[in-house]
Amino acid sequence: MIRPFITIIVFIAAWWAVTAFTSIPPFMLPAPGAVAQTLYQQAPYLAANAGVTLGEILLGLLVGTVLGGLAALGIAASATLQRWLWPILVLSQAIPVFALAPLLVLWLGFGIGSKVAMAVLVIFFPVTANFLDGLRRTESGWLDLAHTMNGSRLHILLNLRLPAALPAFASGLRVATAVAPIGAILGEWVGASSGLGYVMINANARIQTALMFAALVILAAMTITLYVAVDALLRRLLTWAPGG
Amino acid sequence: MPPGIELRGLDLRYAGAEIFSGLTLILPPAEFSVLLGPSGAGKTSLLRIIAGLEPPDAGTVTATDNAPLAGRVSYMAQQDLLLPWASALKNVCLGARLRGEPQNFARAQELLEQVGLPHRASARPAELSGGERQRVALARTLYEDRPVVLMDEPFSSLDAITRVRMQDLAAKFLAGRTVLLITHDPFEACRLGHSFTILSGSPARLAVPTRLPGIPPRAPDEDGILHLQGELLRQLAQS
Repeated sequence: MIRPFITIIVFIAAWWAVTAFTSIPPFMLPAPGAVAQTLYQQAPYLAANAGVTLGEILLGLLVGTVLGGLAALGIAASATLQRWLWPILVLSQAIPVFALAPLLVLWLGFGIGSKVAMAVLVIFFPVTANFLDGLRRTESGWLDLAHTMNGSRLHILLNLRLPAALPAFASGLRVATAVAPIGAILGEWVGASSGLGYVMINANARIQTALMFAALVILAAMTITLYVAVDALLRRLLTWAPGG
Repeated sequence: MPPGIELRGLDLRYAGAEIFSGLTLILPPAEFSVLLGPSGAGKTSLLRIIAGLEPPDAGTVTATDNAPLAGRVSYMAQQDLLLPWASALKNVCLGARLRGEPQNFARAQELLEQVGLPHRASARPAELSGGERQRVALARTLYEDRPVVLMDEPFSSLDAITRVRMQDLAAKFLAGRTVLLITHDPFEACRLGHSFTILSGSPARLAVPTRLPGIPPRAPDEDGILHLQGELLRQLAQS
């Protein structure tokens, strides 16, 4: 538990040393103290924008997880869906989501919609792929047992393969939680009127580097907190799974 | 009266090699038939063929009453195959859930009581001992209430005392059904079997079944059980 704090302290100390003992100007690398001061002074402004970004991330996670989960279930349930949908999903990964960001802003506007859509695009695949993998790897002994019990395809999927795949689904959700902020921030960079990404782009244009760093610190803290919370929740829900 | 089972000319090949060929055997109705033999002879494959889990390359499996066998067989594997996320009670009712039928929890609870686990209904498999898990698996088998029961070394991972207790439970609750039991344990065969047969060789063949005297379950200290075991071991060694 103590190790991450040591790492962070060493990191901040090294950062401070670089700013104190080299001639790098503050507009390129502000000192930790300056960033901390900005964090304090601009707290209301940063908090308001962080709230916007957090909302986008959470909404994106919710929508992306539901859509990804349904897609995986559909593909697992229907061979036809698998033949049509799965190649499209794999192909879609060849298009960089980043390239779609301007289009999404054009279509969905400067508001929350385009950012949520970006987050959904980023997390949809890891959720679907992990969950589907879990659905396909049901222990063969269980399937044999289900077969001798004359189980129906649908009920075997819902009562056996689905719960058995939840640990894999949880892995996908963990990855999604870690990458969802990327989607939201990217959407904000391309076009937004609020959010941490908007703060960064603005601060960058005005060479307010300390403010940029402050936004970055908040974003990192938010992402890590979100990940830890989701991880803890999943462990609580899946106590039966080996390794949580 | 449950049906007997007739195996006729069963062939099984795997990756070009003949596992067994021309297996013919009648499992008498309402009796425990025990199948022994060295590992790799195809005992589990034979059981899976009877259960309808894999097709033979040739031959037929039929019920002696000429009705289809599908839906009348239940299966206990070497692993208990309990679902780790479900309680003991819900594990017992699994079949109903998988068929989309309403679950009869009262009956499941009753079965858990019969196998000696009245207070473990809400426990998850990870909280149960190996013996308790096999009791839940037995209750799950009984919940299905099928006339034919196939068992693939279900007690092999248990300690000696627990195994003897499980044998007693199986003999008591599966009496009157047509049972095929695979085991590596001559003692188990002699306690539970009405008859035993040995599957061995390459490709494997079935020996003529040997009737065991008396009515199972035979007590562990019954006169003659040691003699029976010796006889069985001798046949196994010769096979």
